[in-house]
Amino acid sequence: MKQHNHTVIELIVNNHPGVMSHITGLFSRRGYNLEGILCGALGEGSTSVMYLLVSLNEQYMQIISQLEKLHDVIELKERSEYDHSVFYKIDSLFAE
Amino acid sequence: MKHTGAEIIIRMLEKKGIRIISGIPGSANLPLYKVLHDSNIKHVLARQEQGAGFIAQGMARSTGKAAVCFATSGPGVTNLLTAIADAKIDSVPVVAFTGQVATNMIGTDAFQEIDTYGLTIPITKHNFLARSAAELLEIIPEAFRIAESGRPGPVVIDVPRDVQLQEHTFDEWPCFHEKHNPAAIEKNNPDTLAITINSARRPIILFGGGIIESASEGLLRQLAEKSNIPAASTLRGLGAFAPSHPLYLGMIGMHGTKYANRLIEQADLVIALGFRFGDRATGKLSEFCKNATIIQVDIDKAEIGKIKPAHQHMTADLYIFLESILPLIEENKRTEWIHQVNFTRQQLPYVKAPVNGDVFHPLRIIDEVAAHVPSDTIISTDVGQHQMWVAMKYPFTMPRTFLTSAGLGTMGFGVPAAIGAALANPGRKVVCFSGDGSFLMNMQEMATIAEEQPNLAILLFNNGYLGLVRQQQELFYDGKFIASQFHAIPDFAMIAKGFGIKSFDMAKEENPLYVLSSALRLKEPVFINIPINYSENVYPMVPPGAANKAMIG
Repeated sequence: MKQHNHTVIELIVNNHPGVMSHITGLFSRRGYNLEGILCGALGEGSTSVMYLLVSLNEQYMQIISQLEKLHDVIELKERSEYDHSVFYKIDSLFAE
Repeated sequence: MKHTGAEIIIRMLEKKGIRIISGIPGSANLPLYKVLHDSNIKHVLARQEQGAGFIAQGMARSTGKAAVCFATSGPGVTNLLTAIADAKIDSVPVVAFTGQVATNMIGTDAFQEIDTYGLTIPITKHNFLARSAAELLEIIPEAFRIAESGRPGPVVIDVPRDVQLQEHTFDEWPCFHEKHNPAAIEKNNPDTLAITINSARRPIILFGGGIIESASEGLLRQLAEKSNIPAASTLRGLGAFAPSHPLYLGMIGMHGTKYANRLIEQADLVIALGFRFGDRATGKLSEFCKNATIIQVDIDKAEIGKIKPAHQHMTADLYIFLESILPLIEENKRTEWIHQVNFTRQQLPYVKAPVNGDVFHPLRIIDEVAAHVPSDTIISTDVGQHQMWVAMKYPFTMPRTFLTSAGLGTMGFGVPAAIGAALANPGRKVVCFSGDGSFLMNMQEMATIAEEQPNLAILLFNNGYLGLVRQQQELFYDGKFIASQFHAIPDFAMIAKGFGIKSFDMAKEENPLYVLSSALRLKEPVFINIPINYSENVYPMVPPGAANKAMIG
């Protein structure tokens, strides 16, 4: 499933307790919409991967630039081809 | 070797070449102060943490190098926040070390505990919570690299008390990283930008603080002169272009020059250099340079097109950009455009101090000061009418001689920033222009002045009002004056005297201008109260929300 007014941003970030605040704080203080967020540790846990579901609107390029500025963001990839349905069926993924 | 966290911090600051730290001790940073006791770094005891933050800003803004301040946990940190937020929006490299309760107490609502990390995320370029003494070896060089490289900004390092005391064994001190700026710019880009500039008929350069941060004022002037492009500044750019230069248009925006605001509307090309399209500079955005092609060059990629789309742009250090584009710029007399510029300038003359009449007219006082201090004098201001008058009238000829809270507009900035500038630049004169509203917001630092004896003159423009508020109420709120007049007016000269600072009250002097010029010649702290006519407004001005061409006054 893909909603064409949305897209996915993949971030590789340093994994420490403040990182989530840095990312979500950026969205709230600059008034950007954040529709969904998935996050998990990578490898031995010094980095994490985050998937952000965001609206494709006039703020999108600014969101990318501001995210790239964050010191804890190691890598940013725009995943326009990704299926968004995972964000809407998290419940079922947790089911046995 | 074995060192505690506190020793690592102080030794690393010594290695970084930090000579002065402003701050206030408290229980959560006392281990740091114990080590500082035996260091050759000078500590300046501020009287409130906001003062410590602005003293560090005064050092950083006047030198371009990162400056350091200390505060303790809890209220020490909350007091400091305004100065950190101010540094963020004006891109000032400050590294603040804050004490924190011990690691095992974090999250327990301990005495003087506050979530410094959480509070400082939105107002720093980056922040750290040190979880071990070992981490400090990485954090400290990284913090200075972040603060000073690219677009500068403040960094907070929160250090729990037990981390300051923790011992760590290591082999070698880490090195401080070289200041990092974006790599050399893309090859083709300067060519296309140069073609646009060369083919423009009515170009204007609009520069901001980025020119000063990149120390490229000389290259900026070469670009303007080679192609005869007039240049206008923002508040943060003042000092980068000689005010007497025939191509200089002064400041744009709300309290800019009428001719700069008019000419930008007539330009077919606006070259925005290190200018973030702040709303006080642009006025109503939809009307701002709407007839022009926009070229934007900024070191911060996120500034490109943030406010207004740029037709052509480049993310680059301005020094590297200007160096690479200059050989590609054709000499051009632009006779017609320059004629139009000069004509507009004559049609719309700029503000002048009255020749006769009010001795205490703010513009006249500013002229007097400029005439009696050396050209490398550092000027700080507070925020309000006096700030705008200084920005409009003072002839800044050198970068980093004008320290002002531009983006955040923090009343209370002027006095502590002036202290920092004076301490970091011994041998140079510092003058702080303040207002009676602003001065009261950080007056406690008069005690710091009495202690440090900097070569600093404070000039208080005293009109008994929050002047810029009064002006807005008069012009835009139907003259409904409320909460803008001070009914109890302190005897400021006597207060200064009470702090042990030499003071003059020009209201009581027979020859006030003579007293002013002699006071400015003193090489010690001096405070001068200057009565200003309360009804004096800052003109010209763009009404809030209006287009820049709608200037009144």
